[in-house]
Amino acid sequence: MNLQPFSLANKHILVTGASSGIGRSIAIACSEMGASLSITGRNADELEKTLSQLQGEGHRSIKADLNSESDLDSLVNELPELDGVVSNAGINKRTLCKYIKENDLDLIMKTNLTSPILLIKRLLKSKKLNSGASVIFISSIAAYHSSIGDSVYSATKGAIVSYSKVLALELAGSKVRVNTIQPGMIRTSLLENGPLSAEDYEKDEKKYPLGRYGKPEEVAYAAIYLLSDATSWITGTNLVLDGGISLI
Amino acid sequence: MEEQFLQKFKEVLEVTDRNLSLSDKFRSYEEWDSLAFLSLIAMIDEEYDVIIDGKDFKQLETVEDIIQAVKERK
Repeated sequence: MNLQPFSLANKHILVTGASSGIGRSIAIACSEMGASLSITGRNADELEKTLSQLQGEGHRSIKADLNSESDLDSLVNELPELDGVVSNAGINKRTLCKYIKENDLDLIMKTNLTSPILLIKRLLKSKKLNSGASVIFISSIAAYHSSIGDSVYSATKGAIVSYSKVLALELAGSKVRVNTIQPGMIRTSLLENGPLSAEDYEKDEKKYPLGRYGKPEEVAYAAIYLLSDATSWITGTNLVLDGGISLI
Repeated sequence: MEEQFLQKFKEVLEVTDRNLSLSDKFRSYEEWDSLAFLSLIAMIDEEYDVIIDGKDFKQLETVEDIIQAVKERK
């Protein structure tokens, strides 16, 4: 029996969107569990901040905008063989259905759905995913828990779950596992820079049965679980982590 | 511009029983909620080609403040 089933020792893991928030937290937590990391993001300074907080050795940061084909190519070329991928990079721009602009629609779809799909395609074509690797997409409870103004974001977060299930089926033969994580509201700087006031958030937070929003590291712990060999027999599943909000 | 803005804002809030005034603290309107907020931001973008980001919007208190913010960004 494996007495350290959650260890990520000797695993190399790619985390996208690692220059802030949930991605940064996942990268740091994975390094603390023994993994070496390749981290990517658009903001070089913030990416370096994440890199400086990683424990252990063998980490690298690769600045890339995953929406750019050339960045995607050079990222995949630079990557070593991977035992895990956390596709976390994503954006949101809240607007009512009545006012959706085609440019925003394209950008959100591209960032949250198209680019992650093309990244996986390239990783597969260049044989960068080791047998036994674990792929995780950070979805959101927004996929089915509706809130005003979130239509496009929610659509992408639902679509990535559907995509991941087919990917899980296609990659099962090579023992690559694919799962999604659906967090509820997580306290990140995205929230502080958002449109609502602190009071609005406090009011919203009180609705959560467990009494508060999530913390980035709590998403990271779920990612560790799905990346580790503890979940060798789990694929095509979706882990909801939302303080119980989807119960009500 | 003030009159036109008041009218547009009224439409956004779907207020029919009264007129809005510049000194109103819009957050205390009964109709003010997240739907109204998103509608207002989109209306300002469409009508005035101005984008007020969430951080800046938090500082605004009165209807006049909103108009001022639009003018500053034109």
